[in-house]
Amino acid sequence: MFDEEKLKHLRNAKHEWYEGLYKKVTQKYPERKDKFVTGSNMEVEPLYTPLDVKKTDYLEKIGFPGQYPFTRGVQPTMYRGRLWTMRQYAGFATAEESNKRYKYLLEQGQTGLSVAFDLPTQIGYDSDHPLAQGEVGKVGVAVDSLQDMEILFDGIPLDKVSTSMTINAPAAILLAMYIAVAEKQGISSDKLKGTIQNDILKEYIARGTYIFPPEPSMRIITNIFEFCSKHVPKWNTISISGYHIREAGATAVQEVAFTLADGIAYVEAAIKAGLDVDEFAPRLSFFFNAHNDLLEEVAKFRAARRLWARIMKERFKAQNKKSMMLRFHTQTGGSTLTAQQPDNNIVRVTLQALAAVLGGTQSLHTNSRDEALALPTEDSVRIALRTQQIIAYESGVAETVDPLAGSYYVEHLTDMIEQQAMEYIEKIDKLGGAPRAIEKGYIQQEIQDSAYNYQQEVESGERIIVGVNKFKIQETPPKDLLKVDPRVGELQTKKLKRLKESRDNVRLKQTLEALREAAKGQSNLMLPIIECVKSYATLGEICDVLREVFGEYKPSVSI
Amino acid sequence: MNKKIRVVIAKPGLDGHDRGAKVIARACRDAGMEVIYTGLRQTPEQIVETALQEDADVIGLSSLSGAHEHLFSRVCELLREKNAEDILVIGGGVIPEDDIPALEKAGVKKVFTPGTPTKEIIEYIKANVKK
Repeated sequence: MFDEEKLKHLRNAKHEWYEGLYKKVTQKYPERKDKFVTGSNMEVEPLYTPLDVKKTDYLEKIGFPGQYPFTRGVQPTMYRGRLWTMRQYAGFATAEESNKRYKYLLEQGQTGLSVAFDLPTQIGYDSDHPLAQGEVGKVGVAVDSLQDMEILFDGIPLDKVSTSMTINAPAAILLAMYIAVAEKQGISSDKLKGTIQNDILKEYIARGTYIFPPEPSMRIITNIFEFCSKHVPKWNTISISGYHIREAGATAVQEVAFTLADGIAYVEAAIKAGLDVDEFAPRLSFFFNAHNDLLEEVAKFRAARRLWARIMKERFKAQNKKSMMLRFHTQTGGSTLTAQQPDNNIVRVTLQALAAVLGGTQSLHTNSRDEALALPTEDSVRIALRTQQIIAYESGVAETVDPLAGSYYVEHLTDMIEQQAMEYIEKIDKLGGAPRAIEKGYIQQEIQDSAYNYQQEVESGERIIVGVNKFKIQETPPKDLLKVDPRVGELQTKKLKRLKESRDNVRLKQTLEALREAAKGQSNLMLPIIECVKSYATLGEICDVLREVFGEYKPSVSI
Repeated sequence: MNKKIRVVIAKPGLDGHDRGAKVIARACRDAGMEVIYTGLRQTPEQIVETALQEDADVIGLSSLSGAHEHLFSRVCELLREKNAEDILVIGGGVIPEDDIPALEKAGVKKVFTPGTPTKEIIEYIKANVKK
């Protein structure tokens, strides 16, 4: 990128500065630490200059927004054209309660919905299942059947909003319900916009809401890819997630590496199932975390975009530009929130949200200050949303594309993260790909090691967490936390009982049997699932049929 | 010579957040304890059975899903039924302060909230375990 002769001068000048002024000053006034590192423990030099990016060919490695390798962003105009989608993840208790929260958020200027389901829903149990006890409606909304889904989106026109659903193992069923609700609103499936998370590999790695073993799980996922490419073309069929991998303790490099390794596995599975890469790859989307190290995080997003573009082009021979674009949602880092002095979390979230925006995110969830304590209150959620709006409308960072490009430090970090993530991906390839590496426990172990190191750094004081291991105060526990009505379980159970008495149980049996036969064979499961959903089969009933055919995943654990 | 303290670290319910549980399991092991980690999705019955089979001195329960009241209390209840109340039960996770008195009444000896150093937990175990 630079003239050889000028670089030589620069190298000499830098050497002079370092040996002269810098050493003189640091001998007299030592720096604060012997070694400086990023949030993910990458070593940081005192100064970055053009020497650190001298090998970077601008056109090849950085380029222009909207063009390969998309380092600067996936859209040519980025936020000058349209701001990112402000999408707060929400849902608790019953469909009725959550429907109210969605309407509140839309009134407050939120631009997309993001549905949180409770754990029984995510693991395919109805609210009256013994294992659901104590969990119904706690971390999200309880959805037992199409009936709940109808209530959840009541009065929300599904052709006007885009909806993201954090659902994985039973993603096909919830998508089927969404399609059925839309149909009742008179909206055909080709008009629907949104995302299902549908990323089972990271459930095995880090999040834990798996149901079926890897093979049938991958089949369902590729069935969804195929179905949506024909019938729900605007739907993001998967959100390949680094978020939870990072929450489990991974570093920024590991987050990129393990997420893209999972992405590679999905692409391979779909190609193996006979799909054309350019048919499904444009609908793949990603989901990343944003932690506190602002510049490292910005570099991480840029590196992930560049690396994915290269993988799709070179490894999978994609032709369509859209297949190479890494489009992503970001959520600020839940694990960085502190229970101590919770208002400080507003500031952390601001830094993290800023990183996501400077990193070119397509949509963003900002966490609320009280989430280390409980589900957020309406007031806290409003501040979190306002944080995004202030960044969007007041900070000025949205007025030009990729404003940190060209920073010697940020470009250097981008290169480093890309390179180290690629090394991990090569290692995972050698192990036989992500599913094998998960089976061997390799990825989990790498993450656990990082989590343990982090904890030790915090405990030794090497890593400062404001309000936790430094700048502590005596404080009284915060009041007014959100508490989910403990009767939600009972309410859902009663609803289920009424549903089972009122539906056409003959038709129900037929649709469930049709699904069983389809599952035993090779055909696409989406249509039979849609039939089950429309006959008001419960989520648990549908999952039970699939459990009987596919079996259940049994993880191996080690510490 | 002192017998090693035996600890069962357990994830009751459907919650998948196991970072904390694993970090604490490892910290206890590094502190010289014998640690059994149950993995995810354990019923209170399974946890108590594991603790009895493993002759545990301590059960550490972790939940971040808000189901702690039901699940932690049930573990304590089952221990009483099995006359195994001498097993020290501690808990942690996303647990609002307001919920702690009820958990303590149910039989959880100590609840550690986010930000607690692992050292503090280890010291607590060493000081309170019945030997």
